[in-house]
Amino acid sequence: MNKLELQKTANEIRKGIVTSVHAAKAGHPGGSLSCADIMTYLYFEEMNIDPKNPKKEDRDRFVLSKGHCAPALYSTLAQRGYFPVEELTTLRKLGSHLQGHPCMQHTPGVDMSSGSLGQGISVAVGMALSAKMYGNDFRVYTLLGDGEIAEGQVWEASMFAGFKKLDNLVVIVDNNNLQIDGPVTEVCDPYPIDEKFKAFNFHVINCDAHDFDSIEAAFKEARETKGMPTAIIAKSLKGKGVSFMENNVAWHGTAPNDEQYAIAMADLEKVGEALCQK
Amino acid sequence: MSEVKKIATRESYGNALVELGNEHDDLVVLTADLAAATKTGVFKKAHPDKHINVGIAEANMTGIAAGLATTGKVPFCSSFAMFSAGRAFEQVRNSIGYPHLNVKIGATHAGISVGEDGASHQCNEDIALMRTIPGMVIINPADDVEARAAVKAAYEYVGPVYLRFGRAAVPVFNDEATYKFEMGKGIVLKEGKDLTIVATGLTVPESMEAAKMLANDGIDAEVINIHTIKPLDEELIIASAKKTGRVVTAEEHSVIGGLGSAVCDCLSEKLPTPVKKIGMQDVFGESGSAAALIHKYQLDAEGIYNQIKEFLK
Repeated sequence: MNKLELQKTANEIRKGIVTSVHAAKAGHPGGSLSCADIMTYLYFEEMNIDPKNPKKEDRDRFVLSKGHCAPALYSTLAQRGYFPVEELTTLRKLGSHLQGHPCMQHTPGVDMSSGSLGQGISVAVGMALSAKMYGNDFRVYTLLGDGEIAEGQVWEASMFAGFKKLDNLVVIVDNNNLQIDGPVTEVCDPYPIDEKFKAFNFHVINCDAHDFDSIEAAFKEARETKGMPTAIIAKSLKGKGVSFMENNVAWHGTAPNDEQYAIAMADLEKVGEALCQK
Repeated sequence: MSEVKKIATRESYGNALVELGNEHDDLVVLTADLAAATKTGVFKKAHPDKHINVGIAEANMTGIAAGLATTGKVPFCSSFAMFSAGRAFEQVRNSIGYPHLNVKIGATHAGISVGEDGASHQCNEDIALMRTIPGMVIINPADDVEARAAVKAAYEYVGPVYLRFGRAAVPVFNDEATYKFEMGKGIVLKEGKDLTIVATGLTVPESMEAAKMLANDGIDAEVINIHTIKPLDEELIIASAKKTGRVVTAEEHSVIGGLGSAVCDCLSEKLPTPVKKIGMQDVFGESGSAAALIHKYQLDAEGIYNQIKEFLK
């Protein structure tokens, strides 16, 4: 996919996020929108996957450690063809396979159940370790929130990954600077994030989470990195693409009402139209 | 009478893993800086490339095991019960239990028979914690023969299993030649008509001794060994309770949430029966030799006998 197609796809994924959270009347739009471009790149460019065979043994794996951003994962999987886009509006509803947080037993394409912060990275490390132990080529990607990295388990996992030189592992931090209770710098300042991962023997790349050239360069560099895992610190904007949600902590875990939904979709339609003019 | 051989079930765990490792390439053993104590060190010696030490990080170990399981491997995650079930409870619940992953948790140093290390390391709560996780199988073997068979059965079973082992050497009373382990099935060691003793782990041979003492008083006790606490062999327990009308449970665990509670959960719904729960009576343990502690907290034959006599008054 070229850059324009990626942008268009990401915009469609954002529409799916807003639509599903609106339909659910609950969920986490802010952090889902901030990681939408990263998710797009992973599922449409980077990862070796097959939507027709979601459990293909040699596939690359993805663990959404920041599991509350399930709407981003679901919208991406739907766009990629794992299940119909129409199902996104069943999010969080009784009987839906789209649980509030990812559930691997129910949703095709979900490689690991997650939602309790800090745990996904350990599971990703286990997957990467398995590939190394058994001589498999697959790569493992995991996405964490910048608030999430306050969990001690993240650093247990990082210490082990660095020690074991898991160069088939890419840890991405969605660095949108906001967590439920406010700016990360006011809750429990995690900075410097890059220096922390460096100290845990990671190769660290800083990138712009909304610029596909920057994202592409980061994942390319990660792929070329040997002998150590990579951490990509992706500087992002919470609520990206929806005017009133951008950089507004109030939209961490709130669903838009009908009126707000209309504005959000109009914002995204406008982006989509602009992309079509290119 | 010849001296009874004694082996700690944690030794059985390590030895069974070595044998399984000889046959199965997908078996991986993890530990969190306790290779020697959990007896996975013997596995490391035999299969160094399949033994992973994660350092002192049980939460991470639990997640790594889950990750390995998603790729089709069969990880045995080894630490002390206090940390496997206690510290890493939420990881076991969310990263293993909820996705029902094929991870085996080998928890050693369960109960007060940890001994000298004292209450901080004596886990009397693990069965209670693990019982609340949907789909978790819990096995608490009573001797070396049963423990080795249980480890092998856990490998063959697809799904999460919590295996509970002890630090102290305990008598080997099962005969390897005739012993058959069936997950979820209790074993009637002695038939009786006056009361049923449902025991698990190291209280099983103690309960057999207690039954002999009761026999001297003219009380005919039935003794059932429950190695699988979940799923519980309800059929066997109900049938026995129907026959005897009185049930005593014995376990090296808190009386809150363990085997005693599991038996009460079953009987109170299906066949209300008077039950006496022998175990740790909502107290922490303390330092001392395993034997001294088992005696003080009345989990030895004498203690079990005395408590049953009191119950029968």
